[in-house]
Amino acid sequence: MSDTQSHYTSPTFAGPKAGQPGRSFADIPPVKWARANLFNSWLNTALTLLLIYFIVKYAIDLVSWGLINAVWEVPGNDTRACRDIRGIGACWALINEKFRFIMFATYPYEEHWRPALVIVIFLALYVVSAMRRFWNRKLIAIWLLGLVAIGVLMWGGVFGLRYVGQERWGGLPITLILSTFGIAIAFPLSILLALGRRSDMPAIRVMCVTYIELIRGVPLVSLLFMASVMFPLFLPEGVTVDKLLRAQVAIIMFAAAYLAEVVRGGLQAIPKGQYEAADALGLSYWQKTVFIILPQALRLVIPPLVNTFIGLFKDTSLVLIIGIFDLLNAAKTSVNEPAWRGFGVEAYIFVAIFYFVFCFGMSKYSQDLEVELSRHRKR
Amino acid sequence: MVVPQPVKSVSPHPMIEMRHVHKWFGEFHVLRDINLTVNQGQKVVVCGPSGSGKSTMIRCINRLEEHQDGQIFVDGIELTNDVKNIEAIRREVGMVFQQFNLFPHLTVLENLTLAPIWVRKVPKKEAEETAMYFLERVHIPEQAHKYPGQLSGGQQQRVAIARSLCMRPKIMLFDEPTSALDPEMIKEVLDVMIELAQDGMTMIVVTHEMGFARTVADSIVFMDRGEIVESAPPQEFFAHPKTDRARLFLSQILGH
Ligand SMILES: Nc1ncnc2c1ncn2[C@@H]1O[C@H](COP(=O)(O)OP(=O)(O)OP(=O)(O)O)[C@@H](O)[C@H]1O
Ligand SMILES: [Mg+2]
Repeated sequence: MSDTQSHYTSPTFAGPKAGQPGRSFADIPPVKWARANLFNSWLNTALTLLLIYFIVKYAIDLVSWGLINAVWEVPGNDTRACRDIRGIGACWALINEKFRFIMFATYPYEEHWRPALVIVIFLALYVVSAMRRFWNRKLIAIWLLGLVAIGVLMWGGVFGLRYVGQERWGGLPITLILSTFGIAIAFPLSILLALGRRSDMPAIRVMCVTYIELIRGVPLVSLLFMASVMFPLFLPEGVTVDKLLRAQVAIIMFAAAYLAEVVRGGLQAIPKGQYEAADALGLSYWQKTVFIILPQALRLVIPPLVNTFIGLFKDTSLVLIIGIFDLLNAAKTSVNEPAWRGFGVEAYIFVAIFYFVFCFGMSKYSQDLEVELSRHRKR
Repeated sequence: MVVPQPVKSVSPHPMIEMRHVHKWFGEFHVLRDINLTVNQGQKVVVCGPSGSGKSTMIRCINRLEEHQDGQIFVDGIELTNDVKNIEAIRREVGMVFQQFNLFPHLTVLENLTLAPIWVRKVPKKEAEETAMYFLERVHIPEQAHKYPGQLSGGQQQRVAIARSLCMRPKIMLFDEPTSALDPEMIKEVLDVMIELAQDGMTMIVVTHEMGFARTVADSIVFMDRGEIVESAPPQEFFAHPKTDRARLFLSQILGH
C-alpha cells in the first residue's frame, strides 16, 4: 500500500521542489498544461507559434501607436504633427483639445462646472444605491433629492444660476440622464407589465401583451423618430414638450417592454407551491407578489436583467439621430472641424472607455450581488 | 412567555361542512357529490388510491381549488367568489403541504412572522414571540435564524406546521405531510401532529400513515374516483371495511 503511494505524485500539487528526484521543468502545472494542449502535435505547435507571433506583433503595434509614437499636444489648432504620423501614432492631442466638448458638448463653457457636478451627483447616487443598507425608503428620498439637484444644476434659472435651455445640454450628463432614468423608471414599469401579462383579468392581460409585443417589435430608432417628429403633431398649438424628455419617454417605453419579458421569465420559474403557500396563509395578491414572488423571481433573473440594462445604456447613443448631443454624438461632432477631421478613432476610443467603465461596473456589481443574495442557498 | 391559547368554546356550527360538492377539471369529474361534516376538535383522516381526489377535496376548503356545485361552509362562512369571505376563511384555515413550500429567501423566523404581521396585523415583537413559542412546540427553536435550505426535510415540515400555527388557525389541513420525507424523519413530524391533535385542534389529514390514523382519527374517510365511499371510526374501518374497494385498498396499503 505505502509503496504505491510513494510513487504517486499528484499533478495538482506538483511543483519544482528542490531535492526531490524525478521533478523537472516539465512537471510545473502550466508547462504541463501547455504541453498537453498547445504543443501536442506538429500542427498544433505551428499554430500556437503563429498565434503567439501575431499577438505579440499587434500588442507591440498597439503600444507604439497608442503610447510611444502618440502625439499628446499640438500648438493651437495646428494638427500637422498629428497628420505627419497618421497610422503610426495616435493623436491624443485631440482629446486634450476637445475634452470639454466631448464631456459637455455645447453647454456654455464658463458653466461647465455645473454638468461636471451633475456627473459627480450621478456617481454618488450609484454608490449609495449599490449599498444594501440604503435599500429602504430613504433611498427614494435620496433619489428625489438628487433629481432636483440635477435639474437645478442643468437648467439653472434659480439661485442666481444662469438659465441654460435643454437644447444646449450635451455630453456625458445626457448619456447618464437618459440611461439612469431610463433604467430607474422602466424597471418598475416592466415589473407591472410582466405581472399584468400573467394576470387573471383578461383586459389587463391583453393590454400588457399588446404593449409588449408592439413596442418590442419596432426598432428604438423608429420610436425615437416618432417621439421627436410625430408626437409634437398631436400636441395642441403652442404646447411644446422638451425634445430630451420625449427621447427619455421613448427610451423608457422601449426598455420597459424588453425588461418585462425578462421579469416574466423569472416569474415563471417560481414553483406553484410558493403561490399556494402564500394564498393559504391569507396573503393578499400584492403582499404575495411583493414579499414572496418578486424577491425570488428577480434574484433569478439578475444576469439577463443586467444584460438588458447594459444594452440600454449603450442604446441611449441612438438619440444622436434626433440631434441630441449625448457622449457618443459629442465625440463624433468633435472631429467635424476641418483641422481635426480624420481623428475619429481616437475620439471613439476615448468614449468607448467611458461606456466600458460604466457597463463593466454594472456587470461586476451584479455578479457580487448575485453571490451575496444566494449565500443562504449554501449550507 | 405569555402566549394566549385559543379559546376552547364550542362552536354552534360545524367547523367544516361540505354539501353535495362537485368539481370538474375540464371534462373530468374529479369530485362527485362530496358530503362531509367536521365538528370542532374532530380529526378526520382521508385516504384512498392515488388520483381519487383527496388533495382536490381539501384544497377546496381553503379555495386553492374552486368547486363548481354544492356548498362549502367553513366556521359558518360560506365559500363564494367573494374575496372577503375567502380571505376570512384563509385566516382561519392552516395548510401543510407535501412539499413543505417554505419561502426559501426568508429565514425560519421570517417565514413564521410574515403572515401574522401582514395579514393579522400583529406587532412584530409579538409575532416573533409567538413564532418562538411554536418553534419550541415543534422542537426546533434553535433553527430560528437559519434558512429553510439549511434544514432537513423533517425540520422543514415542522417549520411549515409552525408557520401555519402562527396564524392561530381554527382548522388545520394536511396534504400528505410525510410523503416527501425519508423514513427516519416521518416520526418526528407525526409526533408533532399527534401533540397538536391532543391539544384539540380540528384537523383534516390526507395520509397513508395508518398507524397515525388509528392513534388520532375520530373518523376515516375513504375516497375513490372522486367519491367518498366510506366514512367510519378507525376500528370499524380497519376491522370491517364495508366495500370491496376499501378492502382492496386496505390490503394493498397494509401489505396483506
Ligand atoms: N389542475 C388540474 N388540472 C387537471 N386535472 C387535475 C388537476 N389537479 C388534479 N387533477 C386530476 O384530478 C385527479 C385527482 O387529483 P388529486 O391530486 O386530488 O388526487 P389525490 O387523491 O390527491 O392523489 P395522490 O394520492 O396522488 O395525491 C387526478 O386524476 C389528477 O390527475
Ligand atoms: Mg394528493
